[in-house]
Amino acid sequence: MNSPAGAEGAQGTQGTQGAQRSQGGQGGQGVRAGGAAALAVEDLVAGYGEVLALDNVTITADAASITAVLGANGAGKTTLLRAISGMVRPRSGRVLLDGADRAGHSPEDMARAGIAHVPEGQGVIPELTVEENLRLGMMSWPGIAPRRADRAAALAEAYERFGVLADRRRKLAATLSGGERQMLVIARALVARPRVLLLDEPSLGLAPRIMTQVMDTVVRLSQESGITTVLVEQNARAALAIADRGVVLNLGRVVAAADAKALAADVALRHHYLGF
Amino acid sequence: MVEFLQFTLSGISFGMIYAAIALSLVLIWRGTRLLNFAQGGMAMFTTYVAIEVIYHTGSYWAGFVVALAAGIVLGTAAELTVIRPSLGKPELNSVIITIGLLILLEGLAGIFYGGQYRSFPAAFSVTGLRVGSTALGVSRFDVFVAAAVLAAALLLAVGFKYTSAGLRMRAAAFNATVARLSGIRVARVITVGWALAGLLGALAGVLVSPSTFLYPNSMDTIFVFGFTAAVIGGLDSPAGAVIGGLLLGVVLSYAGGYLGSQVTALVALGILVVILMIRPAGIFSSAQVRRV
Repeated sequence: MNSPAGAEGAQGTQGTQGAQRSQGGQGGQGVRAGGAAALAVEDLVAGYGEVLALDNVTITADAASITAVLGANGAGKTTLLRAISGMVRPRSGRVLLDGADRAGHSPEDMARAGIAHVPEGQGVIPELTVEENLRLGMMSWPGIAPRRADRAAALAEAYERFGVLADRRRKLAATLSGGERQMLVIARALVARPRVLLLDEPSLGLAPRIMTQVMDTVVRLSQESGITTVLVEQNARAALAIADRGVVLNLGRVVAAADAKALAADVALRHHYLGF
Repeated sequence: MVEFLQFTLSGISFGMIYAAIALSLVLIWRGTRLLNFAQGGMAMFTTYVAIEVIYHTGSYWAGFVVALAAGIVLGTAAELTVIRPSLGKPELNSVIITIGLLILLEGLAGIFYGGQYRSFPAAFSVTGLRVGSTALGVSRFDVFVAAAVLAAALLLAVGFKYTSAGLRMRAAAFNATVARLSGIRVARVITVGWALAGLLGALAGVLVSPSTFLYPNSMDTIFVFGFTAAVIGGLDSPAGAVIGGLLLGVVLSYAGGYLGSQVTALVALGILVVILMIRPAGIFSSAQVRRV
């Protein structure tokens, strides 16, 4: 591969923006007691039946940084997030959260460890009200019965960030528009006080203006709350614009991993794998 | 007119029993998308437990409470031992397992207690209530039946709507993936659903048995009526189960009263077929909301 931003450089490259955000985000209210966490995936192999979706994938995401995972359909982006969050059991490899290997743990355990996964296009439960959807974010909190004051504070913070949800709190989530639903799932992830946020195609099916709002929200959460974010996006241009680092997958393998600006500037790589 | 009132009140009383069975089926359906054919058998078995406790202690209420507890234990045990291993495999496996469980429970009841009809005591007088010289066609026990099921349904509704455990159960029922990603232990929620279903089935068993006698197959017809009620209301809807049970109870009471008791099963079957043809998701199902 003739790209200067090859996979070989993935381990040693540090996202400078991420480091800056990390310092500014440690005191964020959205992060649980453990603070922002570094996420690393090492030699991960996963698949469905005989289909190999991830083939020795290795990526790192610095604490409080945004890492964009890019690639064509079928590259393994969604499977990567599902393997990290426990929805797909890896065949081998490690998923390290602040150095502790959690590969193969159940989605429930991963959520309780501080990993919030917003799946593609299905994060909202339309039969529940907006507030009930938000309250689901509290289910991963430590302890059996969180204090009423803590619950109220978490909801108040979510409504303060996402004013449109405050007006619709008693309405069924089914009545929300696509953009509002995306805001709701991100708000719910925030209520969970995650250390790592996995976002799968948050802009899918949204109008450009709404997509910009969603991307702005992701950046704001990272900066203000210090959440480590892994963002899977088809819209590579938009994702690289807000990310600190980028990882390009192709047919289940990492073909490039580097600073987001370096990836965006690599014309050959963009044309070959990202389509712009 | 008096006859109509009598049939209506009697129908409400029986309808509440169908509602209890329907509610138990709905609880399991929402969690696992499985129709529990063993629900009637489980209710029959816990009623035998109740009658043994009543026989040995002389206390109806001891039998009543032990039956409900036995329902919780039996529901939990069934889920943990035979249902959970079958989840995630072809749906037909689970269906056949519940049928097998029904046959097992009815067989065990026959072995332990024999096949003869046994009378089951009622908590209150079964003498018909009267207003002046007019017989209402219902007894104090019928009022207790309606009140007990209504209280159970209301407790469930309030629990589902206003408690964290209820939210967990609803979330797991509507979208297990999102529930798991939120940290909800869905497998545990499903076990609780089976336990509650066992409790409701046990309640239906002790409430209906004074009217039907108790024998190993005594709950088969009640199960069919409860299933019909659940289909009328929608297998997804707890409120629909209660309303479906009431509607079915009243309609069957009219049919039995005006046309003869031999036609009630035929009428129930006819209602089942019509509902499945014109509104297969049931009258109160939330399936349409989910398609948005």
